[in-house]
Formats: sequence, structure tokens, C-alpha cells
Amino acid sequence: MTAELTARERDIAAGEAGEGSSMAMRIVAEAARLLGAVRLIPIQSAHIDGAVYHGDSGTHFAEKLVADGAKVSVPSTLNVGALDLTGCSKQQLSGHEREMAGRMMRAYRQLGCQPSWTCAPYQAGHRPAKGSDVAWGESNAVAFCNSVLGARTNRYGDLLDIACAITGKAPYCGLHQPENRAARFVFDVSGLPSRFFDDETAWPILGNLYGREAGNSIGVIDGITKRPSEDDLKAFGAAAASSGAVGLFHISGVTPEAPDVETACVGNQAEVINVTSQMVLEAQRRLSTAERPDRIDAVAIGSPHLSLREFERLEVLIAGRSLAVPFYACTGRHVLQGLKDTGSRRRLEEAGVTLVVDTCIVVTPMLPELAGGVLMTNSGKFAHYAPGNTGYDVLYGGMRECVESAVTGRPELAETRSP
Amino acid sequence: MTLKAEFIVGESKAEGHSLVLTEPISFWGGVDPKTGEIINVRHPQFGANIAQKVLFIPATVGSSTASTILLELVHCGKAPAAIVLSEPDAILLLGLVAAREMGWTTPPALRLPAEHHGQFSGALVRIETDGSLHGS
Repeated sequence: MTAELTARERDIAAGEAGEGSSMAMRIVAEAARLLGAVRLIPIQSAHIDGAVYHGDSGTHFAEKLVADGAKVSVPSTLNVGALDLTGCSKQQLSGHEREMAGRMMRAYRQLGCQPSWTCAPYQAGHRPAKGSDVAWGESNAVAFCNSVLGARTNRYGDLLDIACAITGKAPYCGLHQPENRAARFVFDVSGLPSRFFDDETAWPILGNLYGREAGNSIGVIDGITKRPSEDDLKAFGAAAASSGAVGLFHISGVTPEAPDVETACVGNQAEVINVTSQMVLEAQRRLSTAERPDRIDAVAIGSPHLSLREFERLEVLIAGRSLAVPFYACTGRHVLQGLKDTGSRRRLEEAGVTLVVDTCIVVTPMLPELAGGVLMTNSGKFAHYAPGNTGYDVLYGGMRECVESAVTGRPELAETRSP
Repeated sequence: MTLKAEFIVGESKAEGHSLVLTEPISFWGGVDPKTGEIINVRHPQFGANIAQKVLFIPATVGSSTASTILLELVHCGKAPAAIVLSEPDAILLLGLVAAREMGWTTPPALRLPAEHHGQFSGALVRIETDGSLHGS
């Protein structure tokens, strides 16, 4: 099926607004065809996940758009790049790769995108209104945008997101259509002991489990006993969007389209998944790939990027001690200024924390090369991607356990986490 | 055996040994864009290489970076000879659309329900311009 373009859209595709816009419109139109959309709709904003260097092809693609005169036509934030342009941390890219990664980040700026360089744009002031249509990339940002903000976006791939930003258009399908946003299953957590939600890892672990159960379907979580914070929702969405193709979730009584289960389901005959402690325990075990390690070699937190609030907690947990292993705390430049203002940056760096800004440890080579290395993290997303992208095995624990382990260099896990 | 599939991107002939994935895959973090090797240790086909294969994918999961990885695989000459998907996955396939816009030689993608993928396991697969798949 081919999408019906308006006369103006056809003119742009044919090159009337320049070759860059023409290429972008052709890509959006092809996407519409693949997605089965019958038309395009205007979008209010975009979040662009295309500026990470994975090889020269991405740089060539962005530079072709620049050379052909393309510019974004809606406010567009940028997801992480492959380099920390603030100089807080060092990446291992060198020579040709470093040059191409830098050229790529520059090309996206030249297209008119804002240099936000964060995977948590929703905590850097980019918060589209409920019900508005946007085109966002980066799976955790998509999940947050749809679920927590109630704005409407599909999971845009990193070449399509910039094409949408340039044209100001997106295929009308999927989660842009209100009728596709209803829950089809209930993820009932009322059977879990209420103390489960007191643990700081409750939401990322639940997210991992939810993502596996959901696949690309939409569910509503029911039966929570404690209201999640925004950072909890961020961690849940990131974990869920790593283990499954989750673009939208609902939480009864919490997220904007789910005042209650019935409203979230809008008449769907929803299947019920009764979540048990055993399922949660298995999800938690799956997050670790290291088997009973006797040491850890590094800690990484901040996927998605840490908020100021999370940094405050980190500082409290470190409590003036020195860290024995490399400790990477990934965040965006929207947080860095706050850390500087309070003196927190200096104190964290003196304790041994490496602030990683504009980028993160799984999108660019940063960790020391170490065969059999063990990386500890509190992030469901890092736990999912670190083994493939860094070569390190992963040990999963909460931020408190990460800090305690970094102080001693050995896994310091709560009793409940022993395998 | 011969089965009819439907082209979803490109309509060209292709040939290669099959690689049938038995679980969904995320290209980012799942496939090395420089070599085509499957690098997700949790995936059943961990260690296999998708380059020049007729790649059967039951479903895709995870990151929205899949299109860039596929674009890079095409650029590096490590793309599959063809991709056979149970359902069109726009995020992944846009890698092929963009590669075509860049003027690079791009493999075709076809749709075939996942329940038929297994019969091509271990076969040399030839794809004809009418979208039929011959396994031998």
C-alpha cells in the first residue's frame, strides 16, 4: 500500500524544496508504505537518535543531507553522540573514527538540531503536550514520551527521525492513532509483597520482565502499592524497551491515559498476567551474566542519563569515601551545570566518579579493554546491552550496592540477590 | 522446496545460505556492524554471521538504532544477501531505504510468515524476481 501524499508533499518529494528535503520526504513516504500508513500528519517536535557513530555510513548520510541543503522544520533535540564534547570523559575512538564521529555530530547540528546530547530529553525541558504528535527516536525516550507524557510517537528509527524532523511530517499509524493506544493485557503485580516496591531496583527489574512478556503489545500495570517517581518510570521504560519492543505502557492510577484499568483497556478483552515473586526473581537473575564473580572491575550507572536527583542520592551513598574501581556516571549537559553550581561535580570526581556527558558507555568504546571484565550496574538497559557492546559481563544491583561494591572492589549484594 | 514470499523493499534476485534465527533479535547490540557477527551472548545464534546469508528473522526487539546498523552493514559489504521477515519492520528496513538513497547496492527484503522459516534451515536459498524462495 502506498501512502496518499498531499500535492505539497509530492512537490517536496519531487525536489521543489531542494534535494535534501526531497530525500527526507522520500524516506518518510517509504516508511509510511512499510508501516501501512495511508497519509502523513504534521508533527510538533522530534528527538533524533541518529548522531551516534556506528561507522562511516551514518556520517555520510547526515553530510549528504547537509550538503543537499536540508534543515529541520520543527524543534529537534539530539540523543547522545559518540563523543563527550564537554571533556568530562575520554572515549577511545581515535584517528579516522574520532574524526568521523565528530563530523557526524557536527552535521546534525548543521541540520538545525539542538545540542542536547541526551537520552533523557524529557528531563532536559523537551516535554511535548499530552495528545500531541511527535517523532521521537531512542527506545527509552519513546516509551517515556508516550507513556508518561501522553504525547504520541511511534518508535522512530534513527534515519527516519531526522527525515521526519526535516519534513515536519510522520506516517499516520501505530501509536499516533488513539485507537491503537489501548492496553491489551493487564500486568497484575498485586500478588507481589508490598515491600517489593520499597526496593530501588523494583522498577528496572519489573521493566525487564514486562518487556519480555509484552513484546510489542501494550499492557497496563495494575496493583502497585507505591507511587513511582519520575526516575522510577524512566528506569522501567528503559528496561522494558530493551527486553521488548515496548513503545507505550500504562500504569493504573499513574500514567495519563490510565486513570484506571478499564479506561486504559477501552473495551479490549484484556488477558491478565499474574506476576509472581518467582517471575521477578528470574528477571533479576537474567539481568546478570556474571556468575558468582569475586570482584568487579567497573561500575556504570546512568542509562537513561542520570537526573540531578539521582546524583544527589549518589553523593549521599558515597558519603565521602573513595571508590576503588572506575565508576562511570552518565548524564546530559542539562544536569552538568547544576552539578557544577553545587560543587557536586568536584566532590564526585574527587571520590573517583567519572562523569560521562553527551554520550554513554554502551554507544562508544570507553571501558578499559579487559578479558573477562565484570561491570556492575543498576540500569536494566545497561545490563541488557553491556555484554554485547562492551564485552564485559554484567552484575546487576541497586545504586546502593553499586556504590558499596565500588568502594571495596568486590560484589556487595543484598542477601535477596544471592543466586 | 519452493515458497512464495512478498517483496517489501527492493525487488531483486538474491542467493545465499540460509541463517534462520530462532528468537527475535535487536540489531544494535545484537550484530557487529563491521563483521556481521551476532554478538548478543543471550541469543541462540550467538557467534553466527549474517553476512551474505539469506537471513530469516522471526521478529525484532529493542533499540531504534537497527536501521543505522543495517545501513553500516550494507556500506561495509557485510549485509545479508536478503532479509526475510515475518512482518515488515520499518525501523530495520529503513536501513535499506537509506542505503538505496545513498546509491549503494542494497539487498531485498521479503515477507514470509515465521512458521515457514524453519524449513529453509541449512538450505541454499535462491530468491527469484517474483518473490519465490527456492531452498535446496
